[in-house]
Amino acid sequence: MTRWLLPAAVLAVLIALPHGLKSYGIYLLSLWAVYAMAAMGLNLTLGYAGQVSLAQAAFLGIGAYVSALLTVNGVSFWLALPLAGLVCFAVGILLGFPALRVQHHYLAFVTLGFNALVFLVLRNEEWLTGGTYGVEGIPRPSLLGLPTQSPIGFYYLSLGFLVVLSFALYALLRSPWGRAFAALRENPTRAESLGVDIRAYTLLAFAIGSGVGGLAGAFYAPLVEFIDPTPFDLGTSLALLLMVVVGGSGYFAGPFLGAALVMLLPEWLRFSESLYLLLYALLVMVLMATCPSGLLGLWAQARERLSRRRPPPPVLETRT
Amino acid sequence: MTALLQVEGLARSFGAIKAVDGVSFEVGAGEVVGLIGPNGSGKSTLFNCILGQIGPSAGQVTFEGQQITRRSPLALNRLGIGRTFQMLQVFPRLSVRDNLIVAGQEHEGRLFGRLLAPPDAGLGAAADEMLEQFRLSHVAHQAAGDCSFGQQKLLDIAMAFMTGPRLVLLDEPAGGVNPNMLGDLHALLRRLNADRRTTFVVIEHNMEFVMRLCDRVLVLAQGRILAEGTPEQVRANPAVIEAYLGD
Ligand SMILES: Nc1ncnc2c1ncn2[C@@H]1O[C@H](COP(=O)(O)OP(=O)(O)OP(=O)(O)O)[C@@H](O)[C@H]1O
Ligand SMILES: [Mg+2]
Repeated sequence: MTRWLLPAAVLAVLIALPHGLKSYGIYLLSLWAVYAMAAMGLNLTLGYAGQVSLAQAAFLGIGAYVSALLTVNGVSFWLALPLAGLVCFAVGILLGFPALRVQHHYLAFVTLGFNALVFLVLRNEEWLTGGTYGVEGIPRPSLLGLPTQSPIGFYYLSLGFLVVLSFALYALLRSPWGRAFAALRENPTRAESLGVDIRAYTLLAFAIGSGVGGLAGAFYAPLVEFIDPTPFDLGTSLALLLMVVVGGSGYFAGPFLGAALVMLLPEWLRFSESLYLLLYALLVMVLMATCPSGLLGLWAQARERLSRRRPPPPVLETRT
Repeated sequence: MTALLQVEGLARSFGAIKAVDGVSFEVGAGEVVGLIGPNGSGKSTLFNCILGQIGPSAGQVTFEGQQITRRSPLALNRLGIGRTFQMLQVFPRLSVRDNLIVAGQEHEGRLFGRLLAPPDAGLGAAADEMLEQFRLSHVAHQAAGDCSFGQQKLLDIAMAFMTGPRLVLLDEPAGGVNPNMLGDLHALLRRLNADRRTTFVVIEHNMEFVMRLCDRVLVLAQGRILAEGTPEQVRANPAVIEAYLGD
């Protein structure tokens, strides 16, 4: 079971980390956990099932508003959380329908339009969403009397949910569904001729990815305690896409790494002051141009090259 | 013998080109039928019209007495029809073994049942047997895209059999396969035909291969059936020699 060693070690670090940090650091860690969830959802849609989406921030937003509006009105977070996921799952199915007709960059534009639409609804439907004033006083959830309202407590809660979600998605991707998603991504025509219901799987890929985005949003709202439409605009969708792609789209750990990098890089680049956005953009461009399969893709290539140096294991070649 | 597959007056044009121009034929259960003809004579288009990949402009297709004209490729798979495409079509980033499993896992059962099924969908043993038969066991865990062309070609063919189809349409199975391997492929297809009574329609340019494999051969030229008969009859047919074998 050596493959569980690294995840366990990373988890241990994530558990120990907040003890050395001030509250802003803990806030960033919690935000990382939330973005990692949302990116994990997008990774399923894009990385595993091959369906481009530029709308993940919209689902983060829908999930956040569902969770915020319910909890400020006294509904338990633990009921609001699955509801946020379900609402986004259902809306995700709807967003999947265009994907049955168009692919790639066309689909990117359709989903981009959807993100803009959701943003406008959040901003303009003041009676429901509070418009630009947003929703404030979002309570943090409690769990079994644990101190989950404190920054560190809420971080552990988010981290715990991230772990649960990871196991669930891992199981899903290892099930026959995961294989069908890959077949859909690699060659839909062939997949269909083999009996893969590509319509159903396309809709499912959007629905599950969006649902996971909604769950992330449900955690986002109590983390920041005040939400308005701004953090759910297209820029965030692009950032989430960047997280998936930089980490390594279609690699299970990609979103974790990608979310950390996309969040931390700007912090690290602060030293360069006004140049930081420029440097950031440059770094991303260089990485994407040299390694489109992301950091984990780079790692996989390096490992392959290393293992090739050893003499290959003797295999009886059949003459083909 | 009642026909397993009946094609009547099938036609399809692309602009001014009549790719398939009123084709009718029957295939009996258990038969191995070859489909030959010059490049561009409409063989692949005929397959795609039968298999719901492209809509025919006229004509009817019947499978086991059931109307299947314009049914989707998905529905035809569920009915028990397998196929390969002329161009190699495997899933390059899945392992060879996973290619086989995914080729079989969706054939039966319900979508939500598969979510809860074991990871190999209960097809691990069947996939291993298929790997053995097609001599792919040693690359089972390699990404399909990393295999040699010949290996991918064999995998591509093997995938069509994972659902235990009653009818399989193969588009140039011998194309690009090493001559050493052709004998094996011939034996394999013949064995599948004998053991499972799988019926075949095979498009092929390799004359030696197709003549040895098939019980009966159809010759297509400019979208029409030019000749039909046993390999010997077709080989001796002057019209065929002129249109095809002569050049
Ligand atoms: N999608 C398409 N659009 C336009 N024309 C097409 C299309 N598909 C096939 N054709 C034309 O239809 C005719 C028949 O093509 P088809 O691929 O069926 O031939 P074939 O017998 O399979 O040839 P080959 O032996 O080279 O594979 C050709 O003239 C081809 O150019
Ligand atoms: Mg062809």
